[in-house]
Amino acid sequence: MIKGTVKIATELCKGCELCISACPQDCLALTNNINLKGYKFIQLKNDACTGCTNCALVCPDAVFTVFRQSKSSMKKAV
Amino acid sequence: MEDNTVLEDLELVYEKPHTLSDTAFHYCPGCGHGVAHRLIMEVVEEMGIEEQTIGVAPVGCSVFAYHYMMVDMQEAAHGRACAVATGIRRLLPEKYVFTYQGDGDLAAIGTAETIHTVNRGENIAIFFINNAIYGMTGGQMAPTTLCHQITSTSPYGREVEAMGHPLKMTDLVAHLPGAYYVTRQAVHTPNAVRKCKKAIRNAFEYQKLHKGTSFVEIVSNCPSGWRVNPADSIKWLEDNMLPMYPLGDLKVPGKN
Repeated sequence: MIKGTVKIATELCKGCELCISACPQDCLALTNNINLKGYKFIQLKNDACTGCTNCALVCPDAVFTVFRQSKSSMKKAV
Repeated sequence: MEDNTVLEDLELVYEKPHTLSDTAFHYCPGCGHGVAHRLIMEVVEEMGIEEQTIGVAPVGCSVFAYHYMMVDMQEAAHGRACAVATGIRRLLPEKYVFTYQGDGDLAAIGTAETIHTVNRGENIAIFFINNAIYGMTGGQMAPTTLCHQITSTSPYGREVEAMGHPLKMTDLVAHLPGAYYVTRQAVHTPNAVRKCKKAIRNAFEYQKLHKGTSFVEIVSNCPSGWRVNPADSIKWLEDNMLPMYPLGDLKVPGKN
């Protein structure tokens, strides 16, 4: 399984939840905290992320930066 | 996430384009304008044409597009973005010129300018964001509003006898000889976003050829105007907007 992760610009997030339905791994959820604008923001709830970039594609506020495990590290693991 | 060995080997696969400013968008949560802004700026960055690109901002929700797009921008009077873009492109023919307009701007007050610009075949790209409503002024009925759709100025639904039929602007301009590339895309799912980005890329590429106008309609959602939450607005878009405004290319160079 390819591992990935996302960096989230929480101050830009408006909590619209579009990324939650777009995520095939179901690894995003809203926090109970709020950001400076008063919105609940999104966070990773588990480490199932594969770095597929679906969340970044549908995000209207461009909060996601997506990272994925490099191919060279995959070979090392095997 | 605590496993440091994995984190060390990560490579960057996506980040927001540098041509998009770090300012937070003023749009409502879930609004498709943000995605459309980002896609246009991604294409500009990928083509490396941020120094040669001039955008024309409309009046409407996206009136502050120049706060977010880090390219040269010009604000136009309501509906006149195509006319302003014509002037810019004729004076500076080596630049890439695009207009970014909503349905209230392009399909209502700017119908004449849009049709004549496309008919003259000006070498500009027109990005038309269609969300079937006037978003900025509070969700009034627009020319693109669907039959029986409830808005603040059609509280019992749009009646065709009194208020006319929805205006399919993209189908209209596809028949004009000046149009070179006409397509309708959406930004509601990851796959639609990928296709939309390709269409935007084509629109910029075709400007090099001096063959005519590229017209890209982007079907978008307006959760606040439609009075639904963002997740439901995606479903509403699929159920109601897409049957009326089917996605796909209407005019492709070499095929028509």
